[in-house]
Amino acid sequence: MTIVDTKIKHGDASDGLLGGRLARIDGPAKITGAADYAMEHSPEGMVYAVIIDSTIASGRVVAIDTSAAEAYPGVLLVLTPDNALPIKTATDWTGAPPPEVPYEPLAREITFAGQHIAAVIAETFEQATAAAALVKVTYEESAPISSFDDPRSGEAFPIDMMTKEWGDADAALAIAPVRIEQEYKTPREYNVPIEPHGLIAHWEGDMLTLWEPSQWIDGMSRTYAEWFSIPFENVRMLSPYIGGGFGSKALPTRYGAVAAIAAKMLDRPVKLAITRPQTFTAFGGRPATRQTIALGATREGKLLSIVHRSANETSMDDVAIEPLGSVTSIMYAVPNFSSRQNIVPVNTVKPGALRAPGENPSAFGIECAIDELAYEVGIDPLDIRLLNYAEEDPHAKKPWSTRRLREAYAAGAEAFGWAKRSPSVRSMREGKQLIGYGVAAGTYPVRRTPGEAMVRILSNGTIEVASSGIDMGQGTYTILAQTAAEAIGVPVETVVVKLGDSSLPRAPVAGGSQLANLMTGAVHVAALAARDELIGLAINDQNSPFRDLQANTLTIEGGQMSSPRDAGSSVAIAEVMRRTGRDRIEALRNTLPENLRNKDDHFRNFTTISTMLSPTEGDYSMHSWCVHFVEVRVDVDFGTVRVSRMVSALDSGRLYNPKLAESQWKGGIIMGIGQALLEEGLVDQRNGHVMNNNLGDYLVPTNADIPDLKVISVGIPDTNASILGGKAVGELAIVGVAPAIANAVYHATGIRVRDLPITLEKLI
Amino acid sequence: MRDFSYLRASSVDEALSAASMPATMLLAGGTTLLDLAKCGVNAPERVVDITHLKGLDAIRVDAKGAFIGALAKMSRVAADPAILAEFPAVSEALWQAASAQIRNMATIGGNLLQRTRCAYFRDPASFPACNKRVPGSGCSAMEGVNRGHAVLGTSDACIATYPGDLAAALVAFDAVVHLGERKVPIDDFFLLPGTTPHKEHAMHPGEMITAITIPASAAARHSTYLKVRDRQSYEFAAASAAVGIEFEADHETIRDIRIGLGGVATKPWRARTVEDALRGKVLEPDTIKSASRLAVEGAIAHGGNHYKIELAPRVVERAILKSGALA
Ligand SMILES: Cc1cc2nc3c(=O)[nH]c(=O)nc-3n(C[C@H](O)[C@H](O)[C@H](O)COP(=O)(O)OP(=O)(O)OC[C@H]3O[C@@H](n4cnc5c(N)ncnc54)[C@H](O)[C@@H]3O)c2cc1C
Ligand code: SF4
Repeated sequence: MTIVDTKIKHGDASDGLLGGRLARIDGPAKITGAADYAMEHSPEGMVYAVIIDSTIASGRVVAIDTSAAEAYPGVLLVLTPDNALPIKTATDWTGAPPPEVPYEPLAREITFAGQHIAAVIAETFEQATAAAALVKVTYEESAPISSFDDPRSGEAFPIDMMTKEWGDADAALAIAPVRIEQEYKTPREYNVPIEPHGLIAHWEGDMLTLWEPSQWIDGMSRTYAEWFSIPFENVRMLSPYIGGGFGSKALPTRYGAVAAIAAKMLDRPVKLAITRPQTFTAFGGRPATRQTIALGATREGKLLSIVHRSANETSMDDVAIEPLGSVTSIMYAVPNFSSRQNIVPVNTVKPGALRAPGENPSAFGIECAIDELAYEVGIDPLDIRLLNYAEEDPHAKKPWSTRRLREAYAAGAEAFGWAKRSPSVRSMREGKQLIGYGVAAGTYPVRRTPGEAMVRILSNGTIEVASSGIDMGQGTYTILAQTAAEAIGVPVETVVVKLGDSSLPRAPVAGGSQLANLMTGAVHVAALAARDELIGLAINDQNSPFRDLQANTLTIEGGQMSSPRDAGSSVAIAEVMRRTGRDRIEALRNTLPENLRNKDDHFRNFTTISTMLSPTEGDYSMHSWCVHFVEVRVDVDFGTVRVSRMVSALDSGRLYNPKLAESQWKGGIIMGIGQALLEEGLVDQRNGHVMNNNLGDYLVPTNADIPDLKVISVGIPDTNASILGGKAVGELAIVGVAPAIANAVYHATGIRVRDLPITLEKLI
Repeated sequence: MRDFSYLRASSVDEALSAASMPATMLLAGGTTLLDLAKCGVNAPERVVDITHLKGLDAIRVDAKGAFIGALAKMSRVAADPAILAEFPAVSEALWQAASAQIRNMATIGGNLLQRTRCAYFRDPASFPACNKRVPGSGCSAMEGVNRGHAVLGTSDACIATYPGDLAAALVAFDAVVHLGERKVPIDDFFLLPGTTPHKEHAMHPGEMITAITIPASAAARHSTYLKVRDRQSYEFAAASAAVGIEFEADHETIRDIRIGLGGVATKPWRARTVEDALRGKVLEPDTIKSASRLAVEGAIAHGGNHYKIELAPRVVERAILKSGALA
């Protein structure tokens, strides 16, 4: 293979403009503890709520005896379904109109262990906790179905909209010279962010203030407003910083409703922080998945057919779909294809989104299967990927906007030293350590929702950027400052970014890896508008220092305005503002298309996902791409796997700040290593409890588990994908890590582990 | 709030008399005590803080052996140069235990008395059945999630693993637990679950650990601690072995060998049958392999922990090879 010469623009550390490696603006505040997180507020008169969860997984609550708890010192209220203030069901996140039934955040019918059934509110957290232990619940219990491995769960029901088919996959498979078929499984995995979930709810009349870590201020605010039948404007949600979410802080929760109900009933601010064990049941993580993949191929390894059947767990009373055919259907060129998906209801909390929902387990299946095919036909796992390279989207039959995967393969293989791999399994060894190389690709779609932003030029020359969009560590504060600085022509230090407050201009969900692209686009547009107005002012205002030049335009650089005709006489923005007597210039802009600019559509755009464009809407198919090269060392006696080296090459289009993008990628890769080797919710099949519901027992990687990670950007600006040329970053890099590791483990040991995580007992 | 009274003991005698009252617990580093209080397993009415007692944190090593005060912190003992020189397995066991933060808080006395990580034991609200917590209530783990549970020393009442690393090393080298004047060999200090899994050690009410001593030996000097687990750090052992060897003058015949096992048994486990099979033998791979198999003689698995029966002898074997190379 030849190494493609890719020119990657590396910004300079001191470069505050877009593309520069500016360190996170919020970093010092976080390191010094000055950053105040939503849950750290304590409004006057605040009281504490503690949630009581069901200890059974299936059945119903027959009686709740609250007398002892109510008599406990400091207790203000014991909330049960019987006395809770009734609220309405709200529009869901897709925008589907709600049924006209009340919303009951506390359950009587139990469908999973850990379901909220009551809450105690007391003057102190300790009192609430102690009183909660005194609430006696009587259940009528029925036998739960604790996992989709339980034969009683059956095949469940097909989700027709997930079916993707072309050609005649079964027929082509039947006559293919080479056929392989295997099942791949991933267990329940959990978000477990370090910042706990929770909120402080505070009513003043019919105004509701919520301090709540949120990936989607506007979507969640809408829900609270609808629950309590108050105008959207009456809800103020604040979420200045978020200590990790990974998808789990985007949607309103039942405990959120409980806190707001209690606050209303007591007319006191209520703080409700869920416990670490509750982060396994108060909302869902990634569901358990299984995929059967049959590949038909020529003897040379060219794919003829893919038949993919998959299922994920869902809850008993709701539909959660983890799109398992998402990578399967676009990674390789294949003339015949069939993918179908079922969901299997079991007694679990409704599964939710965890970094790259769908793409992540989907890639585990197809990227292991293609590796198996490579060994079956006896060619290099990298070569089989190039042999079946998809030159266009095989499903949508549209050209890629950009797909720098070939470049990624080349750059990654070169940096890793893939050529040194010895072809056969169990052939590389150092002492007791079996060494294996593995490769796998990943992808994540470009999702697009229009954005909005306010940019202000203040009289002192400060530039203010404002949005309800959030920063959960991915760097929104920083890249928006860079965007505005570049568009207006000021040093980045003069830009102040305000985020995470529903009183600021609207923003859609920080999910689907879309926020950076849509917010930089909106800020860019708003900043240019503010700049135009500033220049217009400087040209036309009779007190402007530029008035006499009769210029038809001006330039701004480094915060200084000057005329192209007379570059020597530059004037600071603040001076222009002072001379013209303006205290601010303000530009509120959105990137909504003409047909969505009316009030209703504008609201819908930011409070539901109904306007989000799919990656294939328009002329192109738009995705980010990556490949991971992994070296593992497996102890020949103990079966312990250590990732000893890793190189990833990624195409996320243009990087607004390579340092932050690399951090996102590395974070995803680390999470992928955990997924491959450690993470698994261990469920007691008798009663549906997650037994390892704490960070001592639910294992995520430590520093010692992570080698130096090399990440290489091979992306080029893709202006079909976004206004400023970026593609998805945040969720991309976790995709493909687990199969790369599984493939490396196979190369090291000759043992193919098809169910994650790859723990030692599977290798001894 | 779950009220309890708090006493900061100013002398051992005061601590002991307070501790002889019912429902009283000593507080050392608190990393086990508070953790289990949050889980609802520990609900003491009186807590006696012993961390301010003077003179209980000494670490002394001389020709006779080591003396380690009960209040010495795990991290200090691990880093002590004399411990490292004379009892490397003890230092290594401590380094590989828990996390840096916990090691800085936790004491040697508290470490010995850490409780099992059996998830059923730790969740009384959801799992009333646990013989260790409530004698006679049953065992939720037998047919539950038991990947981490013991295969050695189990009973029909309880299969909970003793999770500590340090004690596995101490049991190999015949450490002695000092309960004030009374001295109990560590192997007798820890009890098998039998029909009384709630009784974990031989301490009487009103006693406390004041120190441990470890007799010096050539085997201890040439010892190592090998801990195997899925996560590289901050995880309990899937299986571990402390091994020390003393050779005859020929440098290949084993005069003395000591083997302690962790992560696989209901108490810190001394693998005497393996020791007996190797004493007097020449250290060579096949002998070690077949002797190591004896480590799991009589082992019983309960589903999820079957792999430990395969893993434990391999860990013993590797640890013997490693310590043999040191001797
Ligand atoms: C997440 C996590 C991971 C861990 N991982 C490991 C590991 O990998 N390996 C390992 O070995 N350990 C591990 N531990 C356990 C840890 O080592 C123990 O919690 C610690 O050693 C206990 O010491 P302490 O001083 O904090 O004890 P405390 O919590 O203060 O006391 C523990 C118990 O001992 C009693 N006690 C304390 N001192 C005395 C005394 N002098 N006399 C009589 N009774 C006394 C207390 O009353 C209490 O019942 C882990 C713990 C946690 C929470
Ligand atoms: S193994 Fe022991 S500690 Fe665990 S549930 Fe059974 S009796 Fe209780």
